[in-house]
Amino acid sequence: MSPNLDALLKAAQADIAAAADARALDALRVDLLGKKGRVTELLKSLGAMAPDERKMFGEQVNRVRDALNHALDAKGNALADLALAAKLASETIDVTLPGRGEGVGGLHPITRTIQRISSLFNEIGFETVEGPEIEDDFHNFQALNIPESHPARAMQDTFYLKDGARLLRTHTSPVQIRTMLARKAPIRIICPGRVYRVDYDRTHSPMFHQIEGLYIAEKVSLADLKYDITTFLSRFFERDVEALFRPSYFPFVEPGADVHIKWDDPEKGTRWLEVMGCGMVHPNVLNAVGIDPEQYSGYAFGMGVERMAMLRYGVSDLRDFFTNDLRFLAQFQ
Amino acid sequence: MQLSMNWLREWVNPAAGAIELAHKLNMAGLEAEATELSADPLQGVVVGRILTADKHPQADRLRVCTVDIGSGAPAQIVCGAPNARVGLCAPVATVGSTLPGGIEIKAAQLRGVDSAGMLCSAKELALSDKSEGLLELDDSATPGAAIADYLKLDDMRLTLELTPNRGDCLSITGLAREVGALYGLQPCKPGTEAVAITCDKTVAVTLEDATACTRYLGRVIEGINPEARTPDWLRERLRRSGIRSIHPIVDITNFVMLELGQPMHAFDLAKLGGPIHVRRARAGETLKLLTEETVTLRQELLITSGDQPVAMAGVMGGAASGVTTATTNIFFESAAFAPAAVVGAARRHKLSSDAAYRYERGVDSALQAEALDRATALALAICGGQAGPVTAAGGEVTAAAIPLRHQKVNDLLGVSIPAGEVAALLESLGIIVTPSGEGAWHCTPPSWRFDLAIEQDLIEEVGRLFGYENIAAKPYAATLIPPANSEARRPAARIRDALVARGWQEAVTYSFVDPKIQARLTPDFVGLPLDNPIAETMAVMRTTLWTGLIGAWLHNHQRQMKRVRFFELAGTFAENSGQIIETPCLAGLAFGNVRTEQWSDKARPVDFYDLKADVEALCAAFGGDVPRFTFAAGTHSALHPGRTAVLMRDDQSVGVLGELHPELVRGLDLPGAPLLFELDWSRLSAARVPVAQPVPEFPTSRRDLALVVDESVPAQALIDAAKTAAGPHLAQAFVFDIYRGQGLRDASKSVAMGLIFQDYSRTLTVEEIDMQVTGIVTALSQKLGASLRG
Repeated sequence: MSPNLDALLKAAQADIAAAADARALDALRVDLLGKKGRVTELLKSLGAMAPDERKMFGEQVNRVRDALNHALDAKGNALADLALAAKLASETIDVTLPGRGEGVGGLHPITRTIQRISSLFNEIGFETVEGPEIEDDFHNFQALNIPESHPARAMQDTFYLKDGARLLRTHTSPVQIRTMLARKAPIRIICPGRVYRVDYDRTHSPMFHQIEGLYIAEKVSLADLKYDITTFLSRFFERDVEALFRPSYFPFVEPGADVHIKWDDPEKGTRWLEVMGCGMVHPNVLNAVGIDPEQYSGYAFGMGVERMAMLRYGVSDLRDFFTNDLRFLAQFQ
Repeated sequence: MQLSMNWLREWVNPAAGAIELAHKLNMAGLEAEATELSADPLQGVVVGRILTADKHPQADRLRVCTVDIGSGAPAQIVCGAPNARVGLCAPVATVGSTLPGGIEIKAAQLRGVDSAGMLCSAKELALSDKSEGLLELDDSATPGAAIADYLKLDDMRLTLELTPNRGDCLSITGLAREVGALYGLQPCKPGTEAVAITCDKTVAVTLEDATACTRYLGRVIEGINPEARTPDWLRERLRRSGIRSIHPIVDITNFVMLELGQPMHAFDLAKLGGPIHVRRARAGETLKLLTEETVTLRQELLITSGDQPVAMAGVMGGAASGVTTATTNIFFESAAFAPAAVVGAARRHKLSSDAAYRYERGVDSALQAEALDRATALALAICGGQAGPVTAAGGEVTAAAIPLRHQKVNDLLGVSIPAGEVAALLESLGIIVTPSGEGAWHCTPPSWRFDLAIEQDLIEEVGRLFGYENIAAKPYAATLIPPANSEARRPAARIRDALVARGWQEAVTYSFVDPKIQARLTPDFVGLPLDNPIAETMAVMRTTLWTGLIGAWLHNHQRQMKRVRFFELAGTFAENSGQIIETPCLAGLAFGNVRTEQWSDKARPVDFYDLKADVEALCAAFGGDVPRFTFAAGTHSALHPGRTAVLMRDDQSVGVLGELHPELVRGLDLPGAPLLFELDWSRLSAARVPVAQPVPEFPTSRRDLALVVDESVPAQALIDAAKTAAGPHLAQAFVFDIYRGQGLRDASKSVAMGLIFQDYSRTLTVEEIDMQVTGIVTALSQKLGASLRG
């Protein structure tokens, strides 16, 4: 290569390497390879040369041109990479700062428990039904086979309105009565809701929640009840629950039973805990709502929602449910 | 009820430990628990007899006693009990023994006098909660005998919590019958000797109402010894049932009640003014009870003597005619009162007694004569005296036979128990079972099983004795008819979730509230008052959920939780011309900053528009535009008059939202004004089933208007007027900016309104749109005085 050409190449390569940015690089490209660029001019001068000289010099100039093109492209890419890196660096944010906007709230644990129990029964065809909380004597007592003088009335101290006739329901059973009066068998319902009793201490709240179930059809038996309750308890607690049915007494069922489950208490050891009452619907109840006890039978069961929530979630103080302390409620989000 | 296990075992003695027996009772429906009677063996505590009791030379209240403790020389013991006297037998904790609670007995000096041991009260031996001086023992007790042997303390206590239908088991007799049936044993009955009638004194007995009192037996005993003392064996039986010894005659009535189940009463014959008549009270009559409380009567069943009330039948005796230490002649009552006659009276006067507890549940109607003889025999043995003949009124109640079908037993229990076994199980309870055809019986219950009335009652007895645990669970197999599932009602779960997703926490508050606070929130609606509220602050049914939510907010505010978003979905209660109206409502309370404290946005308190966004989101969750939800300025006595909106759906009010009235903030002494909403759930939850419209293929065109209007013109009015004036092509009209200030006249604002035009079949021309915009501007100018901002 001619010394001049060689010097041109070396100088141009140094200039390209030194280019500070894309603009400087563009200027170099024009100066060297543009229409009037120095290398372009050399190529133009080839026409005036002798064939041998043209061939040899032409090859040399083309090599210089290719080398410069390559150097310019490489430098261009390098500069673009640098620019991108700088842009990215300048745009970096602290991703550990919290997101902007609303947090979520939460359901009350009683609602959560009612929803869970209801859905387990909904899945086997029990429809959720609700009813009034201010009731009359007929729906809350009489139709449930609890006449005026019955000792069971004393067991559920009742809040009365001033007229002495209307009362705050002491259980959700009136919903069963209303449903049986309105529909024909077969009936399969689950009734959650607020109930009221005159009782207020560490383990009693004057307002609490019950959920009751009722199944009326032909030949419903205590054996059916045992299966459905045992299965429900196992699904609710998500383990094989050992349940014990002890004969018990509620005026609206006969035979009646208390259901106890085996419970491992970290402090008190393994013991039997009563979780609900149940039984076969009393014929007096069926007669009161116009269902023929000779054709149909049925079972009913009822449980305290707070009790189930306390067992399920390890709540130790009943009052927590009604204080609405956010530090308690937030645990059920 | 508590009973001594040893006592029960005298009647029936199954080969089972106490714990096992209690479990068996539980599984048969009698809730029972067996516990150790005495946790302490009381080693070294013996019977002592006080030989001498002299005043302590240094202390007036102390006595220096010499006590025969059986072995060796009498012990000298210094004692402070007022009943320490010569001849008394009482327990002595000898030197070297340890009392319950860990007190070691050592030889000691008390105020300079040697004392070797300690004379003990029942409390010091952990036999009683109360200390009533030295525990006095029978004169016949042998000094030196270990107290644990003498009082037969090696016993278990059976505690029973019986359901109200099993009144028949509230005695040793009843429990023994049940245990006998469970273990296949025949209980034995310690024999009652025939009573020798040795005096002819009687008191005539008559009944006014033989349904309230089916049977009344009475007997006079003359000449009882007023000095008689209840023997230790009887005291111990009572003590193990938690009953204090009061007077030998009273103790005997209590003993017979525990043993046989028959509540009894003893009158002081000298205080009775004539024949006994059982009748209803006349309004206004009064009776001073044994508790010294005087009650005014209405129509309670009474025992009267010479027409004067002497006892409230089956509940409690009168103070004036009760047995005292001066009594020498008594009249024993053994009666059957109907549960209904007792329940009302006891409940009305808030009285409870062991007798009422039993009568409320029912007492065997054939038991009275036996109980009276048993009590008489005990009285004669313990107190002496001469027994008169029995006077009686009323008769035994005969039980009707109950039909029972074998098939029904197996259908209802879901088992197949052979017919022979069914009959045998029932017969073990004393039921007379007579075949009445193929697979059918007539069953006559014994007099004590007054709870058995219908076929199902008998089936329960069969199931109970067969064992619920032996009934195999039968997998669910039912004809499933899917329940109705209307899409036109949104489930509550969905709205709760919508609020939770927007940061709201659900609360559950009491349905009864403080009337004072509620009256300020809803002065126009009076809450239904309770007749028997549990507290003044829980005395009326709520008319609004806000009372409870404000309480929940304050609870948290006082505990440094300054930002709350509470909602509740529950009923409110009102009365309209005698009808109770329960309205399920969805209500919320927001207070504190719009967001939890964070680094980015400037903190600002939550305001009306934040709350409105949440309420709008609820509306959107319920079918959006159709039927239409709209907001209008409204009023509510609890809300700021300028910051209250009514949510309307079609032409019906769904509820209100706004800021608490500053007067209430001041009046209720609140830390600030929370934002509140309360919506009628039934109107809110009605939903529409969507009807799909085609997606438009043609582009929309937008025009923006800047309209100057008076401050009083609401944005909604501009939008409504624009929609009315425009043709069907106006797809949307909305406000995107409000400007007040420079360049505008006072009390006016510039409202920037976006209009979007759309046709489903073609692209609208500029001329068409311009024409519609002109129409809208003209209409807004004419109706609302709006002008285009220059």
